Amino acid sequence: MSDIATRPAPSLLASPLVKFGLIVAAIVVALAIGVRLDTSNTLYAIFVDPFQQMVQAPDLLVQTVWEGLVSGVLYALIALGFVLIFKASGVFNFAQGIMVVFAALTLVGLYEKGVPAFLAVIITLGVMFALAVTIERVVLRPLVNQPDIILFMATFGITYFLIGFGEALFGGNPKQMIAEQLYLPKGAVDLQILGGLVSLQKIDIAAALIASLMIAALAAFFQYTRIGRALRAVADSHKAALSVGISLNQIWVIVWFTAGIVALITGIMWGARSDVSFALEIVALKALPVLILGGFTSIPGAIVGGLIIGIGEKLGEFYWGPLVGGGIESWLAYFIALGFLLFRPQGLFGDKIIERI
Amino acid sequence: MKTSNLLKGAALGALFAAGALAPAMAQDSVYFANNAYRTGPFSGSGIPIGDGMRDYITMINERDGGVNGVKVIYEECETGYDTKKSIECYEQAKSKNTIVYSPWSTGATLAAIPRAHVDKIPILSMAYGLSSSADGTNFPWVFIPPFTYWDGASVMVKHMAAELGGMDKLKGKKLGLIHLDAPFGKEPIPVLENLAKKYGFELKLYPVAAADMQNQGSLWLSIRRDRPDFLYNQGWGAMNPTAVKEAAKNNFPMNKFVGVWWAGGDDDARAGGDQAKGYKSLSWTLAGTEAPAMKDILKFVVDKGKSTTPKEKVGEALYNRGVYNAMLVVEGIRNAQKLTGKKVINAEDMRRGLESLNLTEARLKEIGLGGFVTPTTISCTDHSGHSKMFVSEWDGTKWTKKGDWVEPLKDEVRPLIESNAKDYIEKAGNWPKRTEPCEKSS
Repeated sequence: MSDIATRPAPSLLASPLVKFGLIVAAIVVALAIGVRLDTSNTLYAIFVDPFQQMVQAPDLLVQTVWEGLVSGVLYALIALGFVLIFKASGVFNFAQGIMVVFAALTLVGLYEKGVPAFLAVIITLGVMFALAVTIERVVLRPLVNQPDIILFMATFGITYFLIGFGEALFGGNPKQMIAEQLYLPKGAVDLQILGGLVSLQKIDIAAALIASLMIAALAAFFQYTRIGRALRAVADSHKAALSVGISLNQIWVIVWFTAGIVALITGIMWGARSDVSFALEIVALKALPVLILGGFTSIPGAIVGGLIIGIGEKLGEFYWGPLVGGGIESWLAYFIALGFLLFRPQGLFGDKIIERI
Repeated sequence: MKTSNLLKGAALGALFAAGALAPAMAQDSVYFANNAYRTGPFSGSGIPIGDGMRDYITMINERDGGVNGVKVIYEECETGYDTKKSIECYEQAKSKNTIVYSPWSTGATLAAIPRAHVDKIPILSMAYGLSSSADGTNFPWVFIPPFTYWDGASVMVKHMAAELGGMDKLKGKKLGLIHLDAPFGKEPIPVLENLAKKYGFELKLYPVAAADMQNQGSLWLSIRRDRPDFLYNQGWGAMNPTAVKEAAKNNFPMNKFVGVWWAGGDDDARAGGDQAKGYKSLSWTLAGTEAPAMKDILKFVVDKGKSTTPKEKVGEALYNRGVYNAMLVVEGIRNAQKLTGKKVINAEDMRRGLESLNLTEARLKEIGLGGFVTPTTISCTDHSGHSKMFVSEWDGTKWTKKGDWVEPLKDEVRPLIESNAKDYIEKAGNWPKRTEPCEKSS
């Protein structure tokens, strides 16, 4: 009896034969595309030439991996915001992207109003806290015990509210991130290695460092503190957590506020790399393949997933993109995630899906 | 409870009725619907052009009481640069009897072209949209002054040749096109491919997906690997400031980096900081507020608090393009009034007005823009004018004109326009044959 109860749901993908078939099919499709592109030496272009390029110009390889690493760490940070909320309330927070924009706009908007940079950061954190409390009171609390999909739709509502609210307050104009005022470094470190030049932007180094620290701090916070334990209890079961006296409301405020902090840091870093506009919202959705890959409930999954997606998409775009005319980065991330899903439907570190019958 | 709801409903109804009646009651007016995108990822470009259009038309209404006494009712429809929404906006504009439809996006233009030929509404896609729609014989309802993206691409090639020291020096060189992966971004590709074949230079394409507008790291690595001699940027919205920043970051020489006119906004270049100095862009409107018409905008609109734009933004590059677009609408109305003898014109009159628009240097001077924008002449067959443009340069704080007015390679562009127009109507099948007569003057 217990045997049957814990047996994983039969999955079509579980069969090794099917997996093998899918891989063969993928290779055939890839070859078919390749043959159409260039009849003379397609296989060479796909399987040999990119690696030759890597060996011939290792500096470019290092540069590409570095770019991927920086984006990867930032993706991981964004994904972490999603994971925290997913763990605590079982919702994919669609509003995470707009929270990035909103936090960055608040910061820059306050600075433009004459508030000193660091005070503006503190006030922005206050605003994000107020936002977390408001969301908990107005949106989440009335929806306790509703199906997850209702909560998910509610985050759509939050998104559209924040877009409109942000535009009403700050206008739609793109703004410059106040990187200098926050003492974020400018310029680049040029390294002469491997017979070439590798140029590391100081802002990227700072972004990678700060994001890594942030991730480490969050991971430690939720692993070793009382609140962290409470969060994990909530993630396991709302009812059980309530029964031992954990305040669901408090936990929700904390995770939404944490997501707000993550949003602000992402906004500052990504805003400094390009600019602060509503287009940044799209960047946050890059976390979606990361989550698919890493699993929605796993902090290490978000980190490893972010790095795999970041580095994978940059390498793919740089070495294989030209074969199909470039611009493959935006879907390649999903493609990589899909590849992993074939073998681990629950994501790299996700909870094993157990269906009880 | 019920009564209060009823009351509320009645009050709301009255409010709507009042809103609907207001324009209907106004005497002697024409309605002009303009697509705008003051929100979304492209708002950085959409806001200044929208402000420029609105302010010029407000100025005409305030200063002259409209065009020959006919007020222009200007209304914006927010698209967020989303083609789906633009179709809703088109239907709205149609139902309100707009005299001309102003799509403000190439995707929106492509969606509206087949509809407009059935509904008989002229489309004014100023220096954007379908390049082959410059063929007036096949596209009687579309206007694309003062030139097309293909003209722009040909001027880019001319500029490259001039920098290198002659058209014969193009051989073996490499031109990179970094472009938004959308109808707008892909427009210049056919003409660049043709010119590359003819002059023996290599064309490299660098598409940027809309989702990766602010995430161009690997693309610029490819540029670093390929080492193109010149880069042409067909970008829009948040893509431009990111591209300028990345160019600076990757030490790409700014004087070899030229944007299409839409990639030449002040905010686009400003993002690159000091390193963006020397970034270039094609243009046909001088930045600044020196022109008499611009001074009138300041006097009658901005200083009176009737504009939504901050004063320091008046005269920026994209703002002035908006002004130019609005001027085309106003002059089109004026011309239509002259041709028909009517004061209040309709969409079909407007088509005639646009088709025989002749903006000579003298006429531009009369309306206070002489020397500041390119003169252009639209005719029955040529709906674009293929007018002159210039290369402008970012000096760190503003755009300034560099070099002379340059004519596009019309001999290269025009045959391509005509053959592509033929392809378009063949593919469309059942394309309405032109029945509209040409004006005598054109």
